[in-house]
Amino acid sequence: MRVTFSANGKPVEADDVWEGESLLYVLRERVGLPGSKNACEQGECGSCTVYLDGVPVCSCLVAAGQVQGREVRTVEGLAGQDGELGLVQQAFVDAGAVQCGFCTPGLLVQTDALLAADPQPSDTDIREALSGNLCRCTGYEKIMDAVRLASARKCSVEGVAK
Amino acid sequence: MTARTIQGQKNLQKINQASKDGIGGSPLRPDGTLKVKGEFAYSSDMWHEDMLWGTALRSPHPRANILSVDVSEALKVPGVYAVLTHEDIPGEKYYGLEIADQPALAIDKVRYHGEAIALVAADHPETARRAVKKIKVEYEVLTPITTEEQCLDPETHGYVHEPHEYRSHAYGNICHEQKLVSGLGVTDEVRALADVVVSGEYEVGMQDQAFLGPESGLAVPAEDGGVDLYIATQWLHVDRQQMAPVLDLPLEKVRLTLAGVGGAFGGREDLSMQIHACLLALHTGKPVKIVYARDESFFGHVHRHPAKMRYEHGATRDGKLVFADCRIVLDGGAYASASPAVVGNAASLGHGPYVIPNVRMHAIALYSNNPSCGAMRGFGAVQAAFGYESQLDKLAEALGMDPVELRQLNAVTQGDLMPTGQPIDAPAPVAELLQRVKDMPLPPPLDLEHLDVRTLPGALSNTSHGEGIVRGVGYSVGIKNVGFSEGFDDYSTARVRLEVIGGEPVAMVHTAMAEVGQGGVTVHAQIARTELGVEQVTIHPANTEVGSAGSTSASRQTYMTGGAVKLAAEAVRHELLERGRHRYGWRQDDLSLVGGKVVSASAGVLIPIVDLLGDDAIEQTREHHHRPTVPFDKETGQGFGHVQYTFCANRAVVDVDVELGLVKVVELTAVQDVGKALNPLSVVGQIQGGCTQALGLAVMEEIVVKDGKVRNASFTDYLIPTILDTPPIPVQILELPDPHAPYGLRGVGEAPTVSATPSIVAAIRQATGKALNRIPVRPEHLTDTL
Ligand code: FES
Ligand code: FES
Repeated sequence: MRVTFSANGKPVEADDVWEGESLLYVLRERVGLPGSKNACEQGECGSCTVYLDGVPVCSCLVAAGQVQGREVRTVEGLAGQDGELGLVQQAFVDAGAVQCGFCTPGLLVQTDALLAADPQPSDTDIREALSGNLCRCTGYEKIMDAVRLASARKCSVEGVAK
Repeated sequence: MTARTIQGQKNLQKINQASKDGIGGSPLRPDGTLKVKGEFAYSSDMWHEDMLWGTALRSPHPRANILSVDVSEALKVPGVYAVLTHEDIPGEKYYGLEIADQPALAIDKVRYHGEAIALVAADHPETARRAVKKIKVEYEVLTPITTEEQCLDPETHGYVHEPHEYRSHAYGNICHEQKLVSGLGVTDEVRALADVVVSGEYEVGMQDQAFLGPESGLAVPAEDGGVDLYIATQWLHVDRQQMAPVLDLPLEKVRLTLAGVGGAFGGREDLSMQIHACLLALHTGKPVKIVYARDESFFGHVHRHPAKMRYEHGATRDGKLVFADCRIVLDGGAYASASPAVVGNAASLGHGPYVIPNVRMHAIALYSNNPSCGAMRGFGAVQAAFGYESQLDKLAEALGMDPVELRQLNAVTQGDLMPTGQPIDAPAPVAELLQRVKDMPLPPPLDLEHLDVRTLPGALSNTSHGEGIVRGVGYSVGIKNVGFSEGFDDYSTARVRLEVIGGEPVAMVHTAMAEVGQGGVTVHAQIARTELGVEQVTIHPANTEVGSAGSTSASRQTYMTGGAVKLAAEAVRHELLERGRHRYGWRQDDLSLVGGKVVSASAGVLIPIVDLLGDDAIEQTREHHHRPTVPFDKETGQGFGHVQYTFCANRAVVDVDVELGLVKVVELTAVQDVGKALNPLSVVGQIQGGCTQALGLAVMEEIVVKDGKVRNASFTDYLIPTILDTPPIPVQILELPDPHAPYGLRGVGEAPTVSATPSIVAAIRQATGKALNRIPVRPEHLTDTL
């Protein structure tokens, strides 16, 4: 089948898609967006998290056909037009929250969604929101630091009262 | 003269500020930006026009004879390009890290659940999977050999590898063993010297590395009949060395380039899909990509050895250890992998960082029909640490002593002898690490009035509002060797080039080091900056075009490849300065490269590097070998077997819901001596990551194997810690330089994985009063509902 949707604001089209293919597979292998990662392909690790119509989902659990005509935003779409890092991306780099980095794309999307909903989450809120994203390298401490840093920067940019 | 000296000092001050990205600083990862943009190419992201997808047929049985394999139906599936069995292997059929006992594809029998039997290449991964299902294999299913008793009685239960097979096994199902005796050993007379004796039996489940990036890579057939492989691995050269004979190619026709690695932790030390992808590519003449699904990943790599251990410790009334008697049995599974070295570690480190006058130790790895076990972070020291630290707590209780004081009283220090007879000839601040970890402030006590239920055991499931929750605190310390031991000439190679690009001096570092996430690429740039006084450093992609870097394991890469980068950079600096001396007749012997300039401590700035270098590049290649070690004596375990020791101490605070058996680690503190922190940010990240894997082993992680069959090959059923399971991990680092190591550094990555598990179990014991002799600790162990 043919699937057309919008990825990071651009229309994309994939041909000869087999019905069983996931959105993750289509993104990675057919439309040249390998940023979302394939760690379990079972909805358990969160590495493949993307926005689908603005809601974070595990793209490995979304059948390709389901995205027909919809809007997908991946980690590749988090940077600015000029390739400048987004606020959450920069915070992950600065805090040392990236080691092997395989978990990073999913965590970035999930963190972006968290801060959009609540720019000043408590530590427990952060842990709850990211509990579906496994990281095997960092021990999560630096990820906590990164999210706190991104939150602080976001609040100062957007003038949220502390 | 005076004026010039002052000028020189001023320059140096400015320069010191500018070179904050040298060693000791925390510059950001050079690959970090790519990684957060999703542009970093991991091995599973490799793509080639026209590529095929490979996959393997895997055995559903842990032990069976293969009577026949019929691939004809699979070949008929449209889109299938090749179906291969061992008969299609052009060269050697067996390979292995230490013992070549593993067939690249099963021959006449399978020895573990998940062993690869045949390969398929097709135009879509799903086509390949469907074709695999059409391969017909006739098995004669045999009873698997899975327990220690069965393994040690081959007359009754059989051999995993028959003695007449490709290599004879003098030991039956024993893959490797190592004994050790020190002092008087352990005899009745020695036992009589102790006032208090405690003993225990301990068990460690099978842990998995569970790196997130699946085994994957792309093999591209080359015009010269060779193959190029883009691969996530820990050691490019040793992969190639094992692959080439199987592919029947000379080494130089098997070229490996490191593709992005999504974590490793020992699980990529053995080959997984390397040979398979290359066989398919050479057979079809097309690029072939293989990406394991998560279940295949659980079948496709070796795990941490499960262990059964018996310990007996004796001490005088005032707490001085008199003897330790230890037996450690590791289940190595179907193939040897790194089992011999794991046994060597367990035997030589298995009594912990303590002075014990009399020791008897016997460590064994068995061959069985369980999944193969090999390298995992901590490598033989992890299992033993659970044993000896549990014993120390037991002893403290029997003596009525504080467990930390008992450990401090017996802690090794510089100048002491290990039971192997090896002197500890570098700082060994075990007592101090324990003191510091004890002195760190404790988290506030549980406050039932103002608590967020999400922080309790059971967390989001809302299983408790504070009732039935008990807090416990536990301590531990551990010891790990750094680098490869027992006489292995473990070396690394680096090439460093200095040239002028865009009017600036730029250093290029080329090594074959596998960057698996640990941050070696950051540190290599820091070393080059420090040694060459430049800001710009580029890291060449790791491949087999430069000499071996050895493995990214055993906490050795910063020590070994970092050491090689230092040597090569020093050689470049030497050549550059010689050129200057020649050309300008400099007399001073106090020259260095700082801030892009040649600087004399006495005479100030002499010349910018750019002017001295001009259009010629200087390139030097160096190997770094660590000091020699020797194999342990087979019977006594004596010998200078290890390059360096590293130590970490932990304190765990846990809350336990004693009614439901749920555990929440509230805080896990670590204090570690790292010799010299080349990059403090990375060092802390490594320690926190190591502690978290240790937490996993303590309370949740286990590959459940029943009658040789793996029951939980998925992230649904094999649980690794999430951010909710992981507490704050405060870290303190000590920097006591090791005089034998580059910059005085000490390997970092493994020590916390060795030490942290026992502290968590100790804390749970304190909270519950349960004996807890097996890890992972499960709810049923805490509620007596087994
Ligand atoms: S790959 Fe989708 S959740 Fe793991
Ligand atoms: S950084 Fe490796 S999995 Fe998170």
